[in-house]
Amino acid sequence: MLKFLHPTLYFGVAGLKTVNGSVVAAEQLFVDKANFFMSSQLAATPLLAWHQSHGARMAEFANYQMPIQYTGIVSEHNATRTAVGVFDISHMGRLRFDGPRADQLLDHVLTRRVVDMQTGQVRYSLICNVEGGILDDVLVSCLESPSGKNYFLLVVNASNRAKIVHWLQPHLADFPDVEFHDVTDATAMIAIQGPKAIELCKPLLPASALTLGYYRAKVTDQMSKPCIVSRTGYTGEDGLELIVKAEDAARVWENIMMAGRELGVQPVGLGARDTLRLEAAMPLYGHELDETIDPYQAGLGFACNLKDRIFVGCEALIQKSKDSTIPKRIGLILDGRRAARQGAEIFDTDSRLVGQVTSGSFSPTLDKPIAMAYVDSSVAIVGTALDVDIRGTKVSSVIVQLPFYKRP
Amino acid sequence: MSITPEKLKYLDSHEWAHVADDSTGIATIGISEFAVEELTDLVFMALPKVGQTVTAKSEFGEVESVKAVSPMYSPVSGTVVEIHSALVDKLEMLTVDPYNEGWIIKVKMSNPSELDRLLDWEAYKKQCSH
Repeated sequence: MLKFLHPTLYFGVAGLKTVNGSVVAAEQLFVDKANFFMSSQLAATPLLAWHQSHGARMAEFANYQMPIQYTGIVSEHNATRTAVGVFDISHMGRLRFDGPRADQLLDHVLTRRVVDMQTGQVRYSLICNVEGGILDDVLVSCLESPSGKNYFLLVVNASNRAKIVHWLQPHLADFPDVEFHDVTDATAMIAIQGPKAIELCKPLLPASALTLGYYRAKVTDQMSKPCIVSRTGYTGEDGLELIVKAEDAARVWENIMMAGRELGVQPVGLGARDTLRLEAAMPLYGHELDETIDPYQAGLGFACNLKDRIFVGCEALIQKSKDSTIPKRIGLILDGRRAARQGAEIFDTDSRLVGQVTSGSFSPTLDKPIAMAYVDSSVAIVGTALDVDIRGTKVSSVIVQLPFYKRP
Repeated sequence: MSITPEKLKYLDSHEWAHVADDSTGIATIGISEFAVEELTDLVFMALPKVGQTVTAKSEFGEVESVKAVSPMYSPVSGTVVEIHSALVDKLEMLTVDPYNEGWIIKVKMSNPSELDRLLDWEAYKKQCSH
């Protein structure tokens, strides 16, 4: 039968299932079945009702009911590339650390230096285990509360939130003066992305929020609703991410949609979020990153500050930073129209198995199938021709420079 | 002569079959409008070859959208006598008219009584609105 795989079932992210239960087996499907049948209680973001009343196709992602698409992946993707897209990303975990030693605690658990962060700075970092395997990739922000005190906010992947909160416990115990709060449920997170994102926000945000530099953040307000604004995103476009109180989310979302009406704003689901981040070659946990992958092979060495620091995993990472023989993350453009999905095997021209695809999709911007993969370091060179096995058929491909898409 | 969905027989997996002339024993096979809408953003279709045999409720090809690959299952058993090769390069025909322009293959049926086991339009419609 013709099986309607919910588009995101192909994301292959652990914990993703359809809401109505019409999950079918598929080669790309990495669904935790036991969890699926037990998880009758799905979490909802504060914007669930809006999504449902605006024709969103919903699916479960990391135990949240999330919009996968509204009008269609390609139309939402293109709207974000050419105008502006708005994303409910409230499922992302938001962890707050208060207290004078919060920076030292985070410096101890993150691969990136934190103690030198200035108020308003945002950094991309990894959390590694002692073996140097990646537990999560995160954004850490140094913010100033309205009362003038500095605190830190860690945005973690939805699928890793429980794991990270649990993993942090012994480290929190070492810093009893640091106040820790998981503020995910009390807040909502909305991304506004695209060449017209800043223009859209002009009537909504104070000028100081619109002129924030890339990877800068501040606590401000959206029409008198408290709001954290950061110049960050997961699409390869310019844009902002807002964190607001859960009870203000619907109002703020409506304000954004209203302000963007003339600009061609579209709500964007997780389907296009995935194609956008893939074109921008941004890694996704569960695909390019997991506990068996280290930052260097993932091409994320920039997020590890090894010098004069002691942090969890640092000794292993010093060793790994010197190992040039491990498989490397690369990008492929494939011939034809068929996309290689996660798990597809990759062969060199002598039919030797050299690696595996971690994410793949048809790229709406390039109008070609693209993929990210790990391959043997011996073949991980731009321009190398490789064959990808797509469900039994070998398809020609070539290694290209990442990212696939860079904004003009 | 235009085919309308009311005249077709369906698999619960959204493929349709239509027999224009009983004396030929040839069934035209396609996928429903509901299926096309659910799939969205089609980019690729793999078809069988003429002369290949197909079995009722078994895969005869696949259709791929930006994010998903779905196998297509034949409503009837028999031999493929014609494929709609132009469709592969113009998948938007499926969006425009999945019942005429968007037909996929024609099958010379080996067991026409299989048609009786398919859903009629009313039953199929009911299933889609679950």
